[in-house]
Amino acid sequence: MMDLLFTMLVPFLMLAVALWGLVKRVDLWTALTDGAEKGLKVALRIMPPLIGLLTAVYMLRASGALELLGEAVGPLLSAVGIPAETIGLLLVRPVSGSAALGVGAELIETYGPDSLVGRTAAVMLGSTETTFYTIAVYFGAAKVGKTRYAVPAALCADIAGFLAASWAVRLLF
Amino acid sequence: MAMSLIWTVMVGAAILCGLATGNGPAVAKGALDGAAAGVELCLSMMGVLCLWMGVMEVMERSGLARGLSKLLRPAIKRLYPDFARNGKVMDAVSANLSANLLGLGNAATPLGLEAARLMAEHTPGVASDGLCMLVVCNTASLQLIPTTVASVRAAAGSANPFDILPAVWLASTVSIAVGVTAAKLFARVWR
Repeated sequence: MMDLLFTMLVPFLMLAVALWGLVKRVDLWTALTDGAEKGLKVALRIMPPLIGLLTAVYMLRASGALELLGEAVGPLLSAVGIPAETIGLLLVRPVSGSAALGVGAELIETYGPDSLVGRTAAVMLGSTETTFYTIAVYFGAAKVGKTRYAVPAALCADIAGFLAASWAVRLLF
Repeated sequence: MAMSLIWTVMVGAAILCGLATGNGPAVAKGALDGAAAGVELCLSMMGVLCLWMGVMEVMERSGLARGLSKLLRPAIKRLYPDFARNGKVMDAVSANLSANLLGLGNAATPLGLEAARLMAEHTPGVASDGLCMLVVCNTASLQLIPTTVASVRAAAGSANPFDILPAVWLASTVSIAVGVTAAKLFARVWR
């Protein structure tokens, strides 16, 4: 029931906006198509940075660099309370949403959804975002090259999220 | 500049590691696959992007966005003092925030991009404090109900797939608080 409600949220929202628009006597159809035209322009603007970033991410994934790095920093993670098994997730989470979901789902399956590692992986997925992808899309759309402190500040939030996810699972379960 | 550096490091690391581990050919194939995936992803999100820009246009013309943003505006004004008097920016930012909270990622992105574009008009090519804050807020997860993760847990046979919600809220709150604080601190020292 809950699932259905949230799955249907988007269409319900569309209908609500349409009805509100009719009540307010807005030329609904013209507004929709004018907006869609703006959407086309946004899509064209974000495509070049998207191509560049996904190229680099796919190369990194294929090279095996992520696994090597995991072996190197695993012990360091355990020291601050992050399960060492989640290293792969930590590394792909900021760069690829689909890769993170794949790695996280694999952890949840392997260690069990109600295990410490499985729960930590799930909370990490639920409390962080695809940082570099978001940064590329936003600054690409805004045509901004000088990003100043956006990357370090966003990474601070990510690191805090990973730590807090690990600690919250240990605290609450 | 940051993106240029990150990109170069990623490509360099992939090539070096690929050569060292004997995955060189896979790296070469990855580059081609990645470029194609970039186009595919963009095309696959184009429909939703256009749909939500259309819905947003209706919200804007009917004054709905204005009403929605009023609820969130006091908090948002404090986060974005430089744009507090810019109605268009505040509309987009607050609608972006509410869509993020509801987990409507597909709705939040076009709203956020519109806000980013409007903000950048004031300082072309350079990220203002407001734009940095917007990006930091969107790289943190604000989603109240992480449905995708819950469905993965349910598929793996969890006793209660939604029992992680309090932990997710706690971790999200810590993450966004640290991100906002870092952005505010960096804004004072970073030129």
